[in-house]
Formats: sequence, C-alpha cells, structure tokens
Amino acid sequence: MRRAFAIARAEMLILRRNRWLFMATLIMLAFALALSFAGSAPTGTLGVDMLTVSVASMTTLSVYLAPLLALMMGFDAVAGDRDRGSLALLLAYPAERAEILLGKLMAHLAALAVAMCIGFGAAGAVAAWFGGAGTESLMALGRLVLTSILLGAVFLVLGYALSALSSGATAAAGLSAGVWLVFVVLYDLGLLGAVVMDSGGVFTQKIFPWVMVANPADAFRLWNVAASESVALSSGMAGAASALPGWAAPLSLLLWPALGFLLACAAFRRLEP
Amino acid sequence: MDNANSPLQIRALDKFRGRTQVLHGIDLDIAPGERLALLGHNGAGKSTMIKAVLGLIRHEGGSIRICGAAPGSAAARAATAFLPEAVSFHPALTGHEQLALFARLSGERADIEGLLERVGLGEAMHRRIGAYSKGMRQRLGLAQVLLGRPKLALLDEPTSGLDPISRQDLYAIINELAEQGAAVLIASHALTEVEARTDRIAILRKGVKVADDTLAGLSAQAGLPVKLRVQASGARADRIATETGGRRINGASVEILCSPQQKMAELRKIAAMGDAVADIEMVPPRLEDLYRHYSGEDRK
Repeated sequence: MRRAFAIARAEMLILRRNRWLFMATLIMLAFALALSFAGSAPTGTLGVDMLTVSVASMTTLSVYLAPLLALMMGFDAVAGDRDRGSLALLLAYPAERAEILLGKLMAHLAALAVAMCIGFGAAGAVAAWFGGAGTESLMALGRLVLTSILLGAVFLVLGYALSALSSGATAAAGLSAGVWLVFVVLYDLGLLGAVVMDSGGVFTQKIFPWVMVANPADAFRLWNVAASESVALSSGMAGAASALPGWAAPLSLLLWPALGFLLACAAFRRLEP
Repeated sequence: MDNANSPLQIRALDKFRGRTQVLHGIDLDIAPGERLALLGHNGAGKSTMIKAVLGLIRHEGGSIRICGAAPGSAAARAATAFLPEAVSFHPALTGHEQLALFARLSGERADIEGLLERVGLGEAMHRRIGAYSKGMRQRLGLAQVLLGRPKLALLDEPTSGLDPISRQDLYAIINELAEQGAAVLIASHALTEVEARTDRIAILRKGVKVADDTLAGLSAQAGLPVKLRVQASGARADRIATETGGRRINGASVEILCSPQQKMAELRKIAAMGDAVADIEMVPPRLEDLYRHYSGEDRK
C-alpha cells in the first residue's frame, strides 16, 4: 500500500504539472454551467425546481464526459511509460504491478473527483441560486457527483487494460476512442434498434432492462433516474428504471470498476516490457 | 555448486522469441565485488539476458538465481539495481521527485540530495527532467542505481551519451559500488573503456556465450599474435623485412606478427641487427582484437 501511495503521489504531481487537472476541471465547469443555463426553460411546465432540471441535464452530460475524461487519462497509464522507455526500470523496483495500477487509479480518481465536484458543484450552486433547490434535488446533485466518479473509475480501469494490451500509446488511444463509442453511443443505438424490431415483445419486457443495466453508462443513468422521481420525470427514463429492482444499477456500477481493475491487472501482468 | 549467497548465478539459460532461440544455454556467475563486462554485437542477447535476470521476461529453460532468489521475486528485486539502456523518466517530474519516488518504492530512507550531488546533479535537482540533457538523465539513472546498496547492479550501456569526464565519474561510481561488495554487470560496446575497468569479460555471440575469462586469460586462449613494429634507421627497412619475414608498412617501418611464444626469439633476432634498427614498439593484442576473434569476425 505504501508503494501504491508513492506512485499516486508522483502521478498527482504529473497531473498538476501537465495542466491535466486544470483542463479537466475547466471542461467540466464550462459544460455544466452551459447546460444549467440552457436547461432552465422547462422548469415551469414540469413543476420541479431548477436544480432538478439541471441535475437531469448534467446526468446526460456526464454519461458522455466522464468516460471520455477517464479514458483520456487511462490510455496513457501503461503505454505511455512503455513508449517513453521508463516502464522497465519502474518494474525492476519492488512494487507489484497491481500496486502500480492502484497508485495510478488513486491519483486519476482524485483528479476526476476534483473536476466533478467543482464542475457539477458550481453548476448546481448557480441553479439553486436562480431557481431554488430542495433537499431532494440536493441529494440528486450529490448522487450525480458520486456516480460520475464511479463511472469515471469504470473507464479508468478499462483504459488501463487497453493501455497494457496495446502495442503503444497511439494504439491505446485509438482503442479507447472505440471503447467510448461502443459503450456510450453504439450500445444504446443497438438496444434501441432491438426494441423497435421487437415492438413490445418478450425482449422489451424482460430482457431489455437487464441488458441495458449491464452497460455501466446506462447503469449510471438508471441509478440517477431511479433514485429521484423528479429527475426521472424530467429525463423521460422512468419506464426502463421501473422495470428493474432498485439494486440492479448500483450493483452494475460498483461491479464494473472492480472487474475492470482485475482485468487491467491481468493484462498488465502479461506485459513484457 | 549452488551457492545461495552468489549475487548472480545463471545456469543453462534458454530464451526463445517466437520460434527463434535468442539465448542458448548461458552459464554465468558474478562474485560479490566483481566487475564483469558483457560484450556482444547489437542483437547478441545482452539486453535480453538482463531482462531475464530482472524477471521482466520469462525464460524457457535453465535457471537464474539472484542471491538465491528467483528473478522478479520481491527479494531479488530488492537486491538488484538496474540502469536501462538510454534511461528515461517522466519529463514532468523533477530529478529530486523522481528519485524520491524510487526511494519510496524500494522502501529506502535515502539521502536524496546527497545522491544527486554525488552524480553531479546538485544544481539541477529541482528542475524538470524534460529540460535535462541526455547525459543528465543518464546521471539520474546512475543515482537511482546507488539507492539502497544493491547486491547486484545491472548496467546496460551505462556510458552512452556521456562525455569523457562523465565517463570517468561513472567508472569511479562503479568502482565504489564494487568496493561496497556489489556484483556489477556492465553490458557495453565501448571496448577500450571496459578493458581496464573490469575484472572479467564475457562475450555473447548470437545468444551463445563464446568467452568468459579475464583479459589475460582470453589473450592466452586466443593465441593472437603480438605485433612488433620495427623502425629502420636509414634505408634499411627492406633488409629488415626480408630477414625477419615482416611486412613493410612505410618507407622506414616493418611490422612483424608473431605468437606470444616466439616473441623473445624474434626480439633477439632484431637486436642482433645492430644499428639498422632505430626503434622497436611492441603491441600486445587489445580487447578489440580479442573481441573480433571471439565474436566471430575473424572466423571463416
């Protein structure tokens, strides 16, 4: 553990030095604020406060942005050191490969958490100031921040796995873009197509919700939606959420980082620098 | 003769890359305090062997023991220091931060500032590695070798990118390591450098160890000729050449090649020629000749 902390400390320095932390926070802040202001219109019609609407639109934002930011940090984790030629020396030191990945994960998660808290926190504060907030909408905001960090963790560890499996940083970047596209865009499109073909049959009733929740990005959406009725109302996802037991989405979103980390460790152990 | 205290013991090491065998039954030992030069062409298997010793790559046959421990095990990694060829670090960290990270990873309470001063990076320790020259990165690499008194130091091309003064410093540090009891393995191309600065020389050729002895031992085994260069006084070079069976190399000099055993006989013959000989120079085979002999360039 001491070695993992040593790695985390150095990684944190690197994230601060190369302005990664600053840029990620800036991106989160800019998008969250823009969405909060743009999304303020339907407040009256739905009869919920502005923070609720803001959280609903930021949930949609986070589905795209959290995996993207995470993969952008993750893809370089192993392949970057390997390309630079510094990996062999690092691995000659008495730190287990899982410890190295754990250290990187801690630093990268901390950076994501900072970006999410500042971005969503500021947007939430603006929405609450202008349009009011209740206990429920504040809870929803907190949930959004926490689940966004979890979603980020999923794609961080997937990024590590790709980074260890690919032949170099460029290949890892390409693979990461592919993974993002599949999980965030194509998966849902495929499901949508299947539901349309099935036209309300057994698949739509029984299987579809489970297939959907198996994707961490959708699990993230479902968790945020299912936990807050008013968020569900304003994002129009109440149908799929109500067909699943309450534990399904949290379980998916908690299992993915753990399994992904094991996968990344296995891939990293196979690597011969 | 398995010795658990031997810093490095390699027995019948085989390594395949795909179907090609890149290391063929290598045996190698290094004693504490011994400096071994590992020579060979590019692709002869030097770096592969070092990586196998570090446990970074798997080997298919034979055994490697580092102070009795398996390569890659916690004990082996704690006992080993490594300087990779063309060492590199993350450019965003400073030299001090990078060395502090290595110290924490190895669990050493090291005098980071002192080590950086020792390798001549005292001024630059708080600058980013991205702004370092190649030589400075190499020095930083050397500083991390000195962390925590290794039992075995593996240095892959340690002098590449270093200026002559830095090379002097480097060998001073290597000697210091050896005096502290570390077994030092130096993989190198710089033959003239390692010639005087190592205790033993091993030569790899296409993954086979073709020589492993002291410089004197290698010379004796190879039986390479000694070169006598005779300078004639006046225009008597032709006469000397015909009498000794040597070869004229310019107007006034003759070069004679003879085996180490014949050397004294030749010298007497030349001395008997009196004042026809102005000067004589004797050149024993150098490591370069030996290397060429053992690494196969001389062989048909």
